[in-house]
Amino acid sequence: MIPEVGHFALILALCVALVQGILPIYGAAAGSPVLMSMAKPAARAQFLLVLIAFCCLGYAFAQKDFSVLYVAANANSKLPLHYRLAAIWGAHEGSLLLWTFILTLWMFAVTLFSTHLPEAMRARILGVMGLVSLGFLLFMLTVSNPFERLIPAAPDGRDLNPLLQDPGMVMHPPMLYMGYVGFSVAFAFAIAALLGGNLDAAWARWSRPWTTVAWCFLTVGIALGSGWAYYELGWGGWWFWDPVENASFMPWLAGTALMHSLAVTDKRGGFKVWTVLLAIMAFSLSLLGTFLVRSGVLTSVHAFATDPKRGLFILAFLAIVIGGSLLLYAWRAPRVGLGGGFDLVSRESMLLANNVLLVVAMASVLLGTLYPLFLDALGLGKISVGPPYFDTVFVPLMTPAIFLMGIGPLAQWKKASLPALAMQLRWAFGVSVGTALLLPFVLGKWTPLLSLGLLLSLWIVTTTVAHIRERVSHLVGNSLLSCLAALPRAYWGMVLAHCGIAVFIVGVTMVKGFEVEQDLRMNVGETATIGGYTFRFDGAQEVKGPNYIAARGIFNVTKEGREVTMMYPEKRLYAVQNQAMTEAAIDSGLLRDLYVSLGEPLEDGAWSVRLYHKPFIDWIWGGCLIMALGGLLAVSDRRYRLAWRRERAEAPEALQPLEKGAA
Amino acid sequence: MTPRQKRFSMIGLGLVALGIASALVLNAFNSNLVFFFTPTQIENGEAPKGRSFRIGGLVEAGTLKREGDGLTVHFVVTDTVKRIPVTYKGILPDLFKEGKGAVAQGQLGTDGTFVASEVLAKHDENYMPPEVAEAIAKAKKSGAQSSNTLTMSPERIKP
Repeated sequence: MIPEVGHFALILALCVALVQGILPIYGAAAGSPVLMSMAKPAARAQFLLVLIAFCCLGYAFAQKDFSVLYVAANANSKLPLHYRLAAIWGAHEGSLLLWTFILTLWMFAVTLFSTHLPEAMRARILGVMGLVSLGFLLFMLTVSNPFERLIPAAPDGRDLNPLLQDPGMVMHPPMLYMGYVGFSVAFAFAIAALLGGNLDAAWARWSRPWTTVAWCFLTVGIALGSGWAYYELGWGGWWFWDPVENASFMPWLAGTALMHSLAVTDKRGGFKVWTVLLAIMAFSLSLLGTFLVRSGVLTSVHAFATDPKRGLFILAFLAIVIGGSLLLYAWRAPRVGLGGGFDLVSRESMLLANNVLLVVAMASVLLGTLYPLFLDALGLGKISVGPPYFDTVFVPLMTPAIFLMGIGPLAQWKKASLPALAMQLRWAFGVSVGTALLLPFVLGKWTPLLSLGLLLSLWIVTTTVAHIRERVSHLVGNSLLSCLAALPRAYWGMVLAHCGIAVFIVGVTMVKGFEVEQDLRMNVGETATIGGYTFRFDGAQEVKGPNYIAARGIFNVTKEGREVTMMYPEKRLYAVQNQAMTEAAIDSGLLRDLYVSLGEPLEDGAWSVRLYHKPFIDWIWGGCLIMALGGLLAVSDRRYRLAWRRERAEAPEALQPLEKGAA
Repeated sequence: MTPRQKRFSMIGLGLVALGIASALVLNAFNSNLVFFFTPTQIENGEAPKGRSFRIGGLVEAGTLKREGDGLTVHFVVTDTVKRIPVTYKGILPDLFKEGKGAVAQGQLGTDGTFVASEVLAKHDENYMPPEVAEAIAKAKKSGAQSSNTLTMSPERIKP
């Protein structure tokens, strides 16, 4: 009964989405306030309906209702409750429901925080989001319905893929989708602006915080995924340039470019056409990413052939959304205007260069991800593009981008003076080059990449200090502290996010330069030393989990005779799917991770064992979190809050439906 | 500079940068493509010497041997027609099993043994890497069924 309620809620949501996608946009064009005012209640109703559907699926999982096909395929009676709930987004159908749910959540947020927007603008934004949601609901209801029944019901479920039975599964997909779908708001703003033909600085100011928040979620989502791969896949890598990862990285690159280009549109009215294009690009890549990962096309292009309806729908949907918005762009963008001019040396030109570099980087990832698919689909043979490709492309592309990142914030808008910049930055340059050259010798090893990585992160930090000093010197205050406090939060957000990149680069550089990996056979009682740490293998014992049995290795770790920690890596065998899983044991620290995973049992209780010493690896994810925190800090800036409070005061009557909707 | 010259120099610089970037990208792309070959293709001498490539097929049952160090393994990869011996030093992935599909990346040694630097066997128990399924299907199509191979229909093992 409950699954039918969910199914019915989705059908109702589809009807509401139809209304929301058509009437308000038509109303905005025809100037009908009645039609335009329908956007808000429709968006809220849709949110409520999809929420009901989502809860129904959750309920089916919680109740182990194996008469629902999707539940039977992705859960098992022995699967713990939190993983049963996470299994909602464990496969194709449920992820689509999560996607749609998050889309309506963002819609709901737009209805809450858009009271200061002109009525027509809001109607168009919600209308566009309604159309996107219409596509997803239609897809779910026609070819991938999560509520489809299995009659007769299965006695027990097939269980969730053991790889996914992990806390990472609970957090990573929702975060990632919050980011993906968040770009739909920026996209809807861009399409609304194209439809309305008014694209001014105010437009950029409105869409900026939305883009930044989505970007923060995406950053955290990608970092969580990377951390998950690190400890769950059991070979200690943190990024594999796997198509699944690339799918989330491409929208991130486009989104990063979009944030910076929005800054120019907001402050200087420039880059308008480009900003709109980036907004379309970021969301299109999010869609592409969702479908790449969730349609099964990556595991096999021919998976499409087993269910051609799904594949066809996806291709048609992508073509309509991407093609349609690009057509609209080609038609309307010339009216938008170019915005103010600027000099060859100016903050605008540097941001433009940064944008171009990010987009080229994105395009190179796109090439490496899609080209093998195309070849395969056309029957021209099977190839894969190895990680070395991405490494060779990224270092030379990101080096100038990061160099510019140091100069950009110091350069003046419109026209900057190169000699003055050189004067301001000469000590920053000297300090970072000197340290980058000398530090590797202190650390005991020199390679060009090591020096380059250190140089880039030092450059970010030193130039940041230089421009904070520069900004403070313009302020008249009593103390340095009050001067620093007087700088706006948006500025501090940028500083923090840029420093996050520096932390990230330190992590990557140190891991690449100094990690020690060793695969070896260990007998009981045998010791091995890597990175100054001595690991003693004390044998393995059998332990039982809720839905698996495991061999648990016992490792005693010492450093120079002092006890450091005990580590317990596991080799699990999940009963239902008869699948082995390696659970690595990791001892994390600020300066290093110790990583132990079990290979296979050999004779006499010996095991093949993998021992890693990974210096600074947590800085990689730490850097991402700092970037996201920087983004949030920037969004909390006074200028957004002030604008929001002022317009709330001006439009108190707009609040009444809000309270009604909330109740 | 007049605004016109300014604009031209800007566009020129942009084009040069874009040109350099694409040259760089395409060059790196070209030298890092990893091709895939089936055991039959390798036997026929189609695989490159001295360049890394991927081989895929079934790990023939009963061929997995482990050396005394516990790490170096030998096994045979087959597409049900031709067999290629593979050597790998390291820990095999969780899903590596005899009789199941696997993909390995590495180079062909002079003695005809494939020296793998990486063995891939991801995903779940019933998953067959598409390369493997195709290798077997291809070998089947050529019709030359040899005696020392597994009998397994590609339909059954396709994902």
